[in-house]
Amino acid sequence: MRKEWDVIVVGGGPAGLAAALACSERGIPQENIVILERDRQLGGILQQCIHHGFGLHLFGEELTGPEYAQRFIDRVQDSSIVCKTDTMVLEITNQREVVAVNAQDGLMVLSGKAIILAMGCRERTRGALNIPGTRPAGVYTAGCAQRLVNMEGYMPGKEIVILGSGDIGLIMARRLTWEGAKVKLVCELMPYSSGLTRNIVQCLEDNDIPLRFEHTVVQIHGKSRVEGVTIARVDGDRKPIPSTFEYIPCDTLLLSVGLLPENELTEAAGIQMDSRTKGAMVDQHRQCSVEGIFACGNVLHVHDLVDNVSMEAQTAGIAAADYIMQDRKPEGITVSVQNGSGVSYTVPQRIVPGDEDVDIYLRTRGVFKPATLTIQAGDKTLLQKKKSVMTPGEMEKVTLPAEKLQDIAGTITVSVIGG
Amino acid sequence: MVSQKEFVCTVCPVGCRLTVSQAEDGEIVVRGNTCKRGARYGRDEFVDPQRTVTSSVWVEGGDLPLVSVRTQGSVSKAKIPEVLQALKRCKVCAPVHVGDVIIPHVAGTDTNVVATRNVRKK
Amino acid sequence: MQYDVVIIGAGVSGAAIARELSRYQLAIAVVEKGSDVASGASKANSAIVHAGYDCDPGTFMARFNVQGNAMMASLCAELQVPYKPIGSMVLAFSPEDEVHLEKLYQQGIQNGVPDMSIQTGDWAREREPHLSPEVQSVLWAPSAAITCPYELTIALCENAAVNGVSILTDFEVRSLQRDKDAWQISAADGRKISASWVINAAGVYADCINALAGGAPFTICPRKGEYMLLDRKEGTVVSTVIFQPPTAMGKGVLVSPTVDGNVFAGPTALDMQDREDTSTTQSGMDALTRCARLSVPDLHLYNVITSFSGIRAVLKEKHDFLIERSGTVENFVNVAGICSPGLSSAPAIALYVRDLLRDGGLPLRERPDFSPHREHTKPFRHMNRKEKAEAIAHNPLYGRIICRCETVTEAEIVAAIHSPVPARSIDAIKRRTRAGMGRCQGGFCSPRVMEILARETGMDLQEVTKFGKGSWMVCGKIKEDGRNGEDQTHA
Repeated sequence: MRKEWDVIVVGGGPAGLAAALACSERGIPQENIVILERDRQLGGILQQCIHHGFGLHLFGEELTGPEYAQRFIDRVQDSSIVCKTDTMVLEITNQREVVAVNAQDGLMVLSGKAIILAMGCRERTRGALNIPGTRPAGVYTAGCAQRLVNMEGYMPGKEIVILGSGDIGLIMARRLTWEGAKVKLVCELMPYSSGLTRNIVQCLEDNDIPLRFEHTVVQIHGKSRVEGVTIARVDGDRKPIPSTFEYIPCDTLLLSVGLLPENELTEAAGIQMDSRTKGAMVDQHRQCSVEGIFACGNVLHVHDLVDNVSMEAQTAGIAAADYIMQDRKPEGITVSVQNGSGVSYTVPQRIVPGDEDVDIYLRTRGVFKPATLTIQAGDKTLLQKKKSVMTPGEMEKVTLPAEKLQDIAGTITVSVIGG
Repeated sequence: MVSQKEFVCTVCPVGCRLTVSQAEDGEIVVRGNTCKRGARYGRDEFVDPQRTVTSSVWVEGGDLPLVSVRTQGSVSKAKIPEVLQALKRCKVCAPVHVGDVIIPHVAGTDTNVVATRNVRKK
Repeated sequence: MQYDVVIIGAGVSGAAIARELSRYQLAIAVVEKGSDVASGASKANSAIVHAGYDCDPGTFMARFNVQGNAMMASLCAELQVPYKPIGSMVLAFSPEDEVHLEKLYQQGIQNGVPDMSIQTGDWAREREPHLSPEVQSVLWAPSAAITCPYELTIALCENAAVNGVSILTDFEVRSLQRDKDAWQISAADGRKISASWVINAAGVYADCINALAGGAPFTICPRKGEYMLLDRKEGTVVSTVIFQPPTAMGKGVLVSPTVDGNVFAGPTALDMQDREDTSTTQSGMDALTRCARLSVPDLHLYNVITSFSGIRAVLKEKHDFLIERSGTVENFVNVAGICSPGLSSAPAIALYVRDLLRDGGLPLRERPDFSPHREHTKPFRHMNRKEKAEAIAHNPLYGRIICRCETVTEAEIVAAIHSPVPARSIDAIKRRTRAGMGRCQGGFCSPRVMEILARETGMDLQEVTKFGKGSWMVCGKIKEDGRNGEDQTHA
């Protein structure tokens, strides 16, 4: 295995594939780009997302996860981009060294002129939620169950309660029902769902599966295998109300309670992190605090649409190529992007003003219906945008024209208010 | 008025609450929508809701045990149980390619079930 | 099968006794009710090798703790079990606490605990910067250490097995009959074995086993302790074992690093009726949070990766271990009430039990081929780059990482499945390799671990369990009822 590369892409899911392709299109020789993927195949988590609904923005049609992935895999495999599957990256250094292992090549120490981080995310677990009770078999994250059903063909259980109304949980409710399981109900801690309305209608309502808002699982029962769960309504502080405790017999509890970017390698490389996104701090080119290291996709922040992952990866790929080819202007002043009221995070977190307009992605804190988004520099309003609704479940994008960014020193603030 | 149903529109995140009613002369009226697509959605949901079915079927002799599949277009919601039944009985042999027809005209509809991924021969 | 010695219970005490007796020319079996060794209190406790100052002088607890502590480093080295002599501090927040520290110090002196000292709060904060500013003074005991209790138990069993001991799992003792000069032992599943000597190391069930044998009655009170384990990100918040002033129920809530680089808070102490109720409770978690923050105010409890509880076997009659040859039935030794400091004491308890057997007339002739060393390859995650490269070159399965969070390779999982005490469940593999113990708690790797276990043992995925009987992982294949007489389609 050769040591020196132009670009090392860590992760062969939608982000890594699109980033590698973008590097190549920008002029990096394909044979100098390597993708390192830990799974046995390219495509990442999309391969187990066999439902449809991917690609409406990018391809104008609704693809299934594997179909969406295949469009990128075909392009990568038709190119000379080097792909190493079943390959695990153990370490990334701030000197842009990547240590990886696989069964064929053994331990590899690679060095890249640029590195693109595209490791994706993982699911929050029972432990992170600290659900009290016994510790039987039958508590699965929705994604783990999805892999068992869709990739291995095994049923995780017959009578199922789902905690969390995230999209994977909703999709799995339908999938398991279609495979003959009884999904008894879905509990959602919040008064609203983090999943798409379409999934609530088509996955739950179509199959008569009740969705209980402001409910949570307060105890797991069963010695060897899950025998039931106690659910409860929560009060305004999200604390369970004892008088509402209700025992639901079931053999499986699925958790669909959120995703966390997988940034252990990033943190170990000493890259500056954002505690809100749980991803790296980046500029609009998706460059991290360590020069020549870029991040994109769910490792940077958890996206709700894969189309946005691919587009962000393209941004990072182009920037990595430009960085290698010394096409990027050296960083002068940078503008930091602050969260104002109603905003839980923005990406990028800093902007290097240049000739190009800058897209700012953000999530709101709560539902605003209608909503007004404002970007300010001090007292000066740079931009204002109205929308009929903004929710935490839908990432918002706002484009800040390049000329608005001239002569800005220090910070800009993005805020969202109702009305 | 003959019948009336309520839906939450799923076309966009606004989630308009639609009320769809049908008069005795057969005319269908959608209320509560704020765009044309919403009107169409409400009408379709009322008359004959359409769904895409995705699933997976077992593969003989493949490098993977299962191939993921979908209905190429959508099928009537009422047909879903029949589609699932047909998928249950189905088994294919490797190799399979994205787009291969797995079940033509599934459950008597004009839609095919097609493969959504490649499975190579073992 | 006829054995010289049968040990009931494969917890740390039973395992240590088995391993000690495996030095001699004896036919020995360890019988365990669970599907794996270390499946009771030995898999869920504080993992502390206590210094020994808090035991009442003159008790077995005091004697075996201090003696066991002195033996532990070399035992762990022989068995390749992690051991870190990091020392412990008992905190004093008030003048009353300081009186208590002085008492512990004097007790420690009597018990023979080496090198203790009472230090100021500032001295303690210099070593432990995250310690509460309210801490006035501390009792410092450098001989305290941490290890991994289930790994130690598994290693003791493996080493015993290699030296000829039979480890019989899923063996729930249903009857114990003394016929002429042998014990007849029957299991719930019908298996029957016999032994000249029986050692009762049955943990929370020791009183039941004693009653089966007809020994003079005693009572075990199950006492639950809940724990919260934090992500490795928090692993540097403390570097020594931090105790609070003890309570009537035990040593109080402690905050301690683990040998794997995590940090934990625990245990609570709650007397129970049920011997197997290892459920965690909201009130327990709340209490832990409150107590742990007294010691370390900025402990980030949102970085909890899992919580669990263990049941300690507390003897009702007196605050001590009960370790003796039964006065009422022949050739029957009770090793009961082994709550804290049971882990610390296990090596010394094993020696004492050996002496009881010898004094009872069991001839002990050393085996010439006894090996005190456990063959155990260094975990991949602890290898340096060169060692990793060599390991993969030697066995390519080292190049396949199955558990991402803990960097566990397929080679290590396969080795655990084929080890001297073979892993036969997801949890057994987890305890031997750490696969699934990290921050994703098996979300990514459990399907793959299931697949490897099924492949290596020839079982179907549907037979794979989390921890033995009843703890099934999957319940059938999709579209199963349609798999017969299917329409064959050629794509």
